Amino acid sequence: MTTEELKALKSNLTVDARGTACPGPLLAAKKAIGEIESGEIMEILSADEGTKNDIPRWCEKVGHEYLGFYDEDSFSRLFLVKD
Amino acid sequence: MENSSTPTLEALQQELEKLRAKTTRLERSRKDQLSIAIVSGDMDRILAAMIISLAAAAMDSKVKLFFSFWSLSALRDPKKKAKGKNFIAKMFGMMLPKGRNKLKLSNMNMCGMGPVMIKRLMKQQNVLSLDEMFHQAAELGIEITVCEMSMNLMGFKKEEMIDYPNLRFAGATTFVADAGESSMQWFI
Repeated sequence: MTTEELKALKSNLTVDARGTACPGPLLAAKKAIGEIESGEIMEILSADEGTKNDIPRWCEKVGHEYLGFYDEDSFSRLFLVKD
Repeated sequence: MENSSTPTLEALQQELEKLRAKTTRLERSRKDQLSIAIVSGDMDRILAAMIISLAAAAMDSKVKLFFSFWSLSALRDPKKKAKGKNFIAKMFGMMLPKGRNKLKLSNMNMCGMGPVMIKRLMKQQNVLSLDEMFHQAAELGIEITVCEMSMNLMGFKKEEMIDYPNLRFAGATTFVADAGESSMQWFI
């Protein structure tokens, strides 16, 4: 998805994992994914560069659909659809 | 002549059955599971083992950790005391780190300065502490097995080990069995 498309998305849940380094954001995402229904969108905020590679791999493995990310000033927003 | 070299439908079906049984067996022996034999008691190595285990557990892999020899220091609860130790066991107990927060670094330990600096850096950069990591590990269902033989050898007792859900005490056989069915088997 393009940045514009991602910006237009309405997330069902936003997980703020900016206060943790690897593997914190993944742990936060894993914990939070149980709170939304299948087909809903989750947004993860992370200040950890590695997360941009880690979250897509997690999605690939467990079956969620990774939509992409865009950068803010000091962090990134990552989007996925729950399987 | 031609007839004898062409397999019959029945023979093919039999072959298929055999292959099917074989793939099932293979699939079962490659469970989505990570088994680590942790033998080192260095802070950096325990950290690495815990970080990777947490990531694996978060990715829905089953994680089974087998703590042995020096790594057992990381499982000691500093608040607990065990009675009935002999002289050598007491000496070992005194000389080895009492708990995960007292571990040394494998490099740049510098009489304890290294670990203090690393812990400060970890806090600054929002890396989970070992305390938090063990807490998360328990929450994610990571299994910990204590090697009973090395525990006895080093004079540690069950009573001084940390509170951890379903902490198991077992031997090398358990690790080998766990590792045998895991798709990832490591040694740290």
